[in-house]
Amino acid sequence: MPTRRRTHTPIHRRGPPVSESHAAVAHQFDDPEQQHESSYLGMWVFLATEVLFLGGLFASYSVYRFTYPEAFTAASRHLFMWLGAVNTAVLLCSSLTMALAVHAAQRGRRGRLIGFLIATMLLGLMFLGIKATEYYLEYQEHLVPLKGFIFAYEGPDPRKAELFFNFYFAMTGLHALHVIIGVGIVGLMAVLAWRNRFSAQYSTPVELGGMFWHFVDIVWVFLFPLLYLVG
Amino acid sequence: MAQHIVSRRQHIVPVRTYLVVFAALMVMLVLTVAAAQFDLGVFNVVIALTIAVCKALLIVLYFMHVRYSSRLAWVFAGAGFFWLGIMIGLTLSDYFSRGWFPIPPGPLDHPITPP
Repeated sequence: MPTRRRTHTPIHRRGPPVSESHAAVAHQFDDPEQQHESSYLGMWVFLATEVLFLGGLFASYSVYRFTYPEAFTAASRHLFMWLGAVNTAVLLCSSLTMALAVHAAQRGRRGRLIGFLIATMLLGLMFLGIKATEYYLEYQEHLVPLKGFIFAYEGPDPRKAELFFNFYFAMTGLHALHVIIGVGIVGLMAVLAWRNRFSAQYSTPVELGGMFWHFVDIVWVFLFPLLYLVG
Repeated sequence: MAQHIVSRRQHIVPVRTYLVVFAALMVMLVLTVAAAQFDLGVFNVVIALTIAVCKALLIVLYFMHVRYSSRLAWVFAGAGFFWLGIMIGLTLSDYFSRGWFPIPPGPLDHPITPP
């Protein structure tokens, strides 16, 4: 039996005790708290795999950042720092709207839940739009080291700068893929909420989708200083 | 099969907490960008990463509800980051201990030229 927090939650902070059919507990669980706990823990296990998956790129980037510090610093100056900063703010706002969506789901407020989920999606799409703009500007400046693109870097160490840009596009590209998946998941939550699948007793999928979204935000919180704010 | 229908008492984080955390996150973003405008040598990375870790902690504790969760959940949440620390820490110490990073030449590196 997993240990649970035994602190007393004040009565005004708990959800209403009205029970409904879709608050049913699957037979392998003792009570709804245990069911929710196992979902929550399972989501953290998945996020741990994601942390290590993306962490591999962070580790190798760290190695090369220490190996070629001047070249990486010079190459980083070619990135559009202010666009990256705005994108960070956009994702932080989206985490707020996502947290407020989970809050609305826990209170059983369907309209607010759908509204906040849509707001999260729109902010996620705004992030992707700004990212695409950055990629296009970098393409115009011939900084895309991919086959079929021209890579022309004016500076002392073009090979080392090319390595930096490989890291930049791989890490931000993989992150952007996670944002796209996240927008899809949040959209799915919005559709399910529209179909009355959630209530104050059962909002676990919204919470788990929120955890994925917050994780994507955390990854960007680390990507932004490590790639854009070098030196 | 019998399914017992019971309600769940959950901890609902107040909206005000979310707004305060969000304000703190935005302040830290401004700090990160401001600190990057100055040349502080090696401390640029230290400050940037420290602020990033603080932001991540706030998001994990409050937005992802870890602060209101059981100790078992704390273990699960921390495990991934702990293993990430092992990977980055041991990888970097491996490279450092082999001397494979450029170390700037010190005073003993200059050859002694005869007068």
